[in-house]
Amino acid sequence: MNDMRIADRTVDANGIRIKASGVQVHYGDSHAIKDVSVDIPDKAVTAFIGPSGCGKSTFLRTLNRMNDTIPICRVQGNILLDGENIYDKRVDPVQLRAKVGMVFQKPNPFPKSIYDNVAYGPRIHGLTRNKAELDGIVESSLRKAALWNEVKDRLHAPGTGLSGGQQQRLCIARAVATSPEVLLMDEPCSALDPIATAQVEELIDELRSNFSVVIVTHSMQQAARVSQKTAFFHLGNLVEFGETSQIFTNPKDPRTESYITGRIG
Amino acid sequence: MQDSHIVSGFDRDLEGVQAQVMKMGGLVEKALLDAAEALELRDEALANKVRQGDKAIDGLEELIQTECARIIAQRAPAASDLRTVLTVMRLATALERSGDYAKNLAKRSLVLMGVAPVGTATGTVRRMAKLVVQQMSDALDAYIARDVVRAREIRARDQEIDQMYSGLFRQLLTYMLEDPRTITASMHLHFIAKNIERVGDHATGIAEQVIYLVEGELPSDDRPKHDAVSESV
Repeated sequence: MNDMRIADRTVDANGIRIKASGVQVHYGDSHAIKDVSVDIPDKAVTAFIGPSGCGKSTFLRTLNRMNDTIPICRVQGNILLDGENIYDKRVDPVQLRAKVGMVFQKPNPFPKSIYDNVAYGPRIHGLTRNKAELDGIVESSLRKAALWNEVKDRLHAPGTGLSGGQQQRLCIARAVATSPEVLLMDEPCSALDPIATAQVEELIDELRSNFSVVIVTHSMQQAARVSQKTAFFHLGNLVEFGETSQIFTNPKDPRTESYITGRIG
Repeated sequence: MQDSHIVSGFDRDLEGVQAQVMKMGGLVEKALLDAAEALELRDEALANKVRQGDKAIDGLEELIQTECARIIAQRAPAASDLRTVLTVMRLATALERSGDYAKNLAKRSLVLMGVAPVGTATGTVRRMAKLVVQQMSDALDAYIARDVVRAREIRARDQEIDQMYSGLFRQLLTYMLEDPRTITASMHLHFIAKNIERVGDHATGIAEQVIYLVEGELPSDDRPKHDAVSESV
């Protein structure tokens, strides 16, 4: 058990970043999330897997109140970020989203320069006092997103001119620029080629030393590769949540087994 | 088994390697029984047949390992599928080793045909071989049926073979002490008995793989040991 690779993958059970309990989500009459309770660990990657329409993306979106923008959506239950209820009336969703960043399926850089894409968050949240500080944040964010070396000579070129994989890493740089605590990723690699996917996966692995990362993915191999914890959703229920190695070698629930082995479930 | 895969080729792949492993099991069982028979009945032709037959067993093993590697690369098996592939690979290795022991038995029986028989030892060896083959065949049946109850029984039953081996060891020791001319034959018979006992261990290993395959974990409790030879002087 002294193997570094094994030690590396173990998750400190005490470091819980997000504690969700009894979460229910309704879209009008449809019950999308049914009584889900889950503890998202800090400094680890948690993967949400499940068939289309199982509620994994919906649940991910409740973690930074993205569902607020959908009028018919109703969220019940408790979601605590560092012990504070994020659905409390006093919580400003915009501030919350600076702490809980999000990266989407398709790279969606703003139609601005690379620099301005990353500087956008720190600017609107007033995180810097002068240009030098802002430059520092832009550089460190691009470095964290493993993009700095590729773009440092053309920071003022449009972000939309980058390749797909670079655009996605730009979006990750933009998300980390506001120094979030949690990074939510909704299928961040599904529009990327295998090389860009590998780069983003390598990045995710590096990001977990600073952040709590939650990733929704349709690729079970990706979940197995990048995450330490895996949650399997099915028909709005959280069926199984456990160590990734356990879920992929010896799942406890027959529904998880059917899904990850590619059987009709 | 469970429902079939959405990708039906995956089912065919898994069924294919499992059929090959069962075929391999059949060949190994036959080789052991034939080798033991050749030994007791001093049948040179049969012993040579066993020696030559080992190539087919080795060939199947290679085929299974290659096929399993392909399944891992192509299908990325998970959960019970992954355990099935890993189990098939371990079964193939165990059977290949057992096949080697049968071949070795046949070789030694050819040497033994050239010297005077030692007591009733060859009869005991053959009974031992039959018992081991029964263990092996039960373990493979338990594998096909994914039957952990049976696998646990097989695991507990290995002591019977160990006891037979210990008895034979003492018997051969006595012969050698009484008459040094029996040493060559006794030494060969001892190696044969030890090898059969090892096949028994492989059968137990297969039973343990059945438990791993079904439950996801190898049994952790130590099984009863009755092989006193390693402590006797």
